[in-house]
Amino acid sequence: MIEERFDAIVVGAGMAGNAAALTLAQRGLKVLQLERGEYSGSKNVQGAILYADMLEKLIPDFREDAPLERHLIEQRFWMMDDNSHTGLHYRSDDFNEEKPNRYTIIRAQFDKWFSKKVQEAGAVVLCETTVTELLQDARGKVIGVRTDRKNGQVGTDVVVLAEGVNGLLGTRAGLRNRPDPSKVALAVKEMHFLPQETLEARFNLKGDEGAVIEAVGTISEGMTGMGFIYTNRESISLGIGCLVSDFERTGQTPYGLLEKFKSHPSVKGLIEGSEVKEYAAHLIPEGGYKAIPQLFGDGWVVVGDAAQLNNAVHREGSNLAMTSGRLAAETIFQIKSRRDPMTKENLALYRKMLEDSFVMKDLKKYRNMPELLHIRAQNFFLTYPQLVSKAMKEFVRVDGVTKAEKEKATLRSFLAARSIKGIIGDAFNFARAWR
Amino acid sequence: MHIVVCMKQVPDSAQIRVHPVTNTIMRQGVPTIINPYDLFAIEEALRLRDQFGGEVTVLTMGPPSAEDSLRKALSFGVDRAVLLTDRFFAGADTLATTYALATALRKIGAEFGAPDIVFTGKQTIDGDTAQVGPGVAKRLGFIQLTYVSRINSVDVDKRLIEVERRAEGGVQQLQSRLPCLITILEGVNEIRVGSLTDALKAARAKLVRWSAQDAGVEDITKCGLRGSPTIVKKVFAPQPRAKKAEFIELGDKPGEALVEALFQRQTNLESALEKLARGY
Repeated sequence: MIEERFDAIVVGAGMAGNAAALTLAQRGLKVLQLERGEYSGSKNVQGAILYADMLEKLIPDFREDAPLERHLIEQRFWMMDDNSHTGLHYRSDDFNEEKPNRYTIIRAQFDKWFSKKVQEAGAVVLCETTVTELLQDARGKVIGVRTDRKNGQVGTDVVVLAEGVNGLLGTRAGLRNRPDPSKVALAVKEMHFLPQETLEARFNLKGDEGAVIEAVGTISEGMTGMGFIYTNRESISLGIGCLVSDFERTGQTPYGLLEKFKSHPSVKGLIEGSEVKEYAAHLIPEGGYKAIPQLFGDGWVVVGDAAQLNNAVHREGSNLAMTSGRLAAETIFQIKSRRDPMTKENLALYRKMLEDSFVMKDLKKYRNMPELLHIRAQNFFLTYPQLVSKAMKEFVRVDGVTKAEKEKATLRSFLAARSIKGIIGDAFNFARAWR
Repeated sequence: MHIVVCMKQVPDSAQIRVHPVTNTIMRQGVPTIINPYDLFAIEEALRLRDQFGGEVTVLTMGPPSAEDSLRKALSFGVDRAVLLTDRFFAGADTLATTYALATALRKIGAEFGAPDIVFTGKQTIDGDTAQVGPGVAKRLGFIQLTYVSRINSVDVDKRLIEVERRAEGGVQQLQSRLPCLITILEGVNEIRVGSLTDALKAARAKLVRWSAQDAGVEDITKCGLRGSPTIVKKVFAPQPRAKKAEFIELGDKPGEALVEALFQRQTNLESALEKLARGY
């Protein structure tokens, strides 16, 4: 072990790791942050939407120099069948506010900026350094890490595991299980570059305004999944994700789904003539509240995706990551300032702070949703979107058939696809899971 | 032994985009890296230091953001990094660059000990001129050993070095006095991963940061754009040469169909071949 010791070592430089390292450094602790990528952001993948509120808590004036793409003024939800989509479309000029709430970002650039802030706060950030093992004493207390560099062992009071959804350190050390395939989604995305004017014309945007489309339906081939289209300054992030266990079961491929999504008549025109510059894939925790592992122990805490903290219903992840990183850091700071040891008992405060925050409250609210959407995937992601599509088509078509007859036909088509008991049951279950 | 490596921070050419309308390189968002050829120079310098003792200094001229690359060099185990940064240096061609670097090298000699060897990479991947190394040698009055593929021996006491140089038609074995300037070829070694201690040191090291004045530049008109006789007249993206592949239906007489299709697309081919055949 090298001579130098640190108050805390943060493993990983994504949203959670950066939030933790920043907070720890701001509180005056001696922090070492280790990242395997070439720089913070080089390996981080997200759609990506940034929620301002959680970042404001860390860096109040982030808007001054953070690399933000567009602030969102429009949200579209699409229910798709093979040739059509039924949409809910919310656009408001109120979102053109002084301090917008949501931005699209490109993580490779954003995280680099974030990491600079961490360094400026005084943390030592080492990239291209992979942590290969947690060092534990005879009683299992984490006392340091081993890296892939020569003479690469370094000691610390506490390790913050911000190693991402599939982090191997914690699972190897037996601190938590690897995520179950039915509890993680595999999402793939492409970056489509377009001239700024073209992009703005296609989405009816001006200046820094941005739009988001989120889509479910036949695009996921009956699997639990969702597609998305985000507008950046001069590119479109477009992707789709489904549960890993669903891919396993159906033999569908992620890139196959993506191709299908891209060639859908509602999508095709939006990306026409674009140049694809990037293809990325990422695992997303989808298990919700019930999938959250043990979050702390002797000499360690786990934050962000590694802790499966993701609100699948609202597509929120990075804000939960940032918040958990910050709260873990606050916990460590409090223990440290009392000069107490980083024991399991003391670090339990982290869990309590999470419980008191929106993170756990939101996840708890939707605790039954992941299972419901999974078990009833066929209905929610295939049958209902098709039925809605059909109903809409009947509704808008003028062909001499009486309206009463049309309504009857629509009802019949619903009942033919799913019994009245099934429909009401689904609605009931959905409402309960939402409550 | 004091070895100085001149290196450059360049845009990662693998990730560069050319603006479709203006044809200029879009530098925004393109990650920067240490010029890959310079990595061989750094590693060779570190190996000599490990063998003979002494220090390795890296020197770069560039914008303040070049600090990232210098820190990276430090993480390999380099002892000292000097950043030559000043708006007066902006827009320099190779002539102005060699002037600034040579001035800084003299200053390095005065501050940290005279360099025994100055290393550069073969060339940079953004300028591709391979002129800066030789230019610096000329200005310093150093013997220049270019395109060196191997360092056979160094005699520190007698101040002699023996190298292999790849030349047209063969390999030259050269002996030279020290100090000298070596531009090293790619592939001669592999850059190391620094130890954890090196990496920590690099993250916290204070760089030596010199403006033109700090470096001892006497004639500012020889620096940057003003000191650069090179004029960029036009920048353009070359037309891609290859045409798209075509699929040809060959049917049941594939040979004939193929020849027919080729002759149709290359109208002069048939007569040219015929002429060639008659000639025999």
